[in-house]
Amino acid sequence: MTRKRIVLTVLHRLAVLAYVAFALFPLFWLLKVSVTPTSLLYTEGIRLWPSQASLEHYRFVLTHSSFPTFFLNSTIVSGATAVIVTIVASLAGYAMSRFVFRGKYWIVGLLLLTQMFPLVMLIAPMFKMLSPLGLTNSLTGLVIVYVAFNVPFATFLMQSFFDGIPKDLEDAAMIDGATRFTAFRQIVLPLTLPGIAATLGFVFTAAWSELLFALMLISGNQATTFPVGLLSFVSKFSVDFGQMMAAGVLALIPACLFFLLIQRYLVQGLTAGAVKG
Amino acid sequence: MASITIQSITKTFGTVPVLNDIDLSIADGEFVVLVGPSGCGKSTLLRMIAGLEDITAGEIRIDDRRINEVAPKDRDIAMVFQSYALYPHMTVADNMSYSLKLRKTAREKITDAIGAAAGKLGLDPLLERRPKALSGGQRQRVAMGRAIVRHPKAFLFDEPLSNLDARLREQMRAEIKRLHKSIGATSVYVTHDQIEAMTLADRIVAMHGGIIQQVGNPLDLYDRPANLFVAGFIGSPAMNFVEGHCRAGAIETDDGSKIAVPDGVHLKDGQAVTVGVRPEHVRIVAGPEAGSYAARVDLVEPTGFGTIVHVRLLGQDLKIYTLERGAAEVGQPLHIALDGARLHIFDRETTNRIG
Repeated sequence: MTRKRIVLTVLHRLAVLAYVAFALFPLFWLLKVSVTPTSLLYTEGIRLWPSQASLEHYRFVLTHSSFPTFFLNSTIVSGATAVIVTIVASLAGYAMSRFVFRGKYWIVGLLLLTQMFPLVMLIAPMFKMLSPLGLTNSLTGLVIVYVAFNVPFATFLMQSFFDGIPKDLEDAAMIDGATRFTAFRQIVLPLTLPGIAATLGFVFTAAWSELLFALMLISGNQATTFPVGLLSFVSKFSVDFGQMMAAGVLALIPACLFFLLIQRYLVQGLTAGAVKG
Repeated sequence: MASITIQSITKTFGTVPVLNDIDLSIADGEFVVLVGPSGCGKSTLLRMIAGLEDITAGEIRIDDRRINEVAPKDRDIAMVFQSYALYPHMTVADNMSYSLKLRKTAREKITDAIGAAAGKLGLDPLLERRPKALSGGQRQRVAMGRAIVRHPKAFLFDEPLSNLDARLREQMRAEIKRLHKSIGATSVYVTHDQIEAMTLADRIVAMHGGIIQQVGNPLDLYDRPANLFVAGFIGSPAMNFVEGHCRAGAIETDDGSKIAVPDGVHLKDGQAVTVGVRPEHVRIVAGPEAGSYAARVDLVEPTGFGTIVHVRLLGQDLKIYTLERGAAEVGQPLHIALDGARLHIFDRETTNRIG
């Protein structure tokens, strides 16, 4: 290796390191504040680690607040949304990728159109529609709304993954004796696992951190999701930072677990060797 | 084992016609090669036999059963794709047994069938590998293995050798021919490579522009091409074409030279014709003789076994294929003669063969 290359490598590593530090610092601060006792919060404001750490905020959040309920609600809503959206988007994306059908052009246009409006515009009509159906203040209502808003993008995402799978594979499977659906299930789907994992992850996180609709459609504690719950730490005169941060750290856990679960499938290159190239 | 009958098949994509009124019957056990340039409709025809493309009009029968509406899986045919189309998440053995498993074949039978096919193709040491750990030639073999384990009614090949390098292609070509001899199954093979067509086929179907140009055994197409397209497509180096008119019992070329009309060919005075002569039927002669032409060597291409000599003659670039080494050098004057018995005369208007 030449000197120039060493210098470049070092610089490159440093830049990456700086970026990682920049990206992770807010998370570190979240953790730091969550273990800082309230008494030290303002006196030791800018220290990197408090002189005395405690788990009092966590204890409070877990035992004296409704956060366990909020977590459960969020998990149910996000999980259900992710699963439903992925199933719908897989089938729709497959159709978009493989079939020519009447109105395809218009359907794609409509899907795109739905992505063009600011969500705020849609809150009032949504509420108007869901309210007489008894779907406000319910997790089911939230799931329906989230599914509706996530399906278009997820469909495009899945379509691009299906586009990457050679058509010859299904043709071969169908000649081998499979129906189109068997070919889809046994040949195409296993090869699309990375795409499915990515879609699941994307939709799950989107639903997990959604605040606007949850705030507008849910009013009682029973159906509150955690982003809305976080707001309850903001009162008229003060913000309870310690507890808020502790809840925030706890909220990260399911999302991290979820990605841990699917990361195995996120690896690409599963289709290598199918066809030449 | 089966015969395939194609009757008045037409195919359009939207408003674009791809195949026009194709009629062809393929006998049981026959090896038929569909050959033509890209876009001539040969792959579409093959995919229609496979059931992967809808039939716009006409009928395809396997044995005596109409299969227009039969799903690919129920046609009992096997296909080898240009891309091989191996299932990347399955091992070689699983790739080969997939069709048998879908047909709920007993496990022992599957093992036997795979063993037999792997033995034939030399795949035994590779059975547990995934396609991505195989070389191009090995993948090609697995694709063939996947087709033969099933003993289907017919084999379809869609340019199976196009992705291989020249040497491997030659080797696999011979292997396919040997395989066909031993299995004897009806085969339809699509290629744009006329050498593959010549070497493999019992019968060649030359296609161009969605129309069958000529059907016949390979040497028929080589010796008596039915029209200008087939004449130019079959044979390498390609046939020379000289344009001219019939004048006073001879063919006068555009530069004023004369070519004698071969025996048994009747031309009208003034008829516009194209004379075709294969490079191997042009001789270099020692000196001027009756019917010879004087020319100057323009370019020499040695191919090892023979040499392709280009000369300017009869108003165009004329190729000569000679087995004699060092017969010509660039710039050298030459006398050449056309083999009168092996001239091909085509009507320039209809492009069809006159004689």
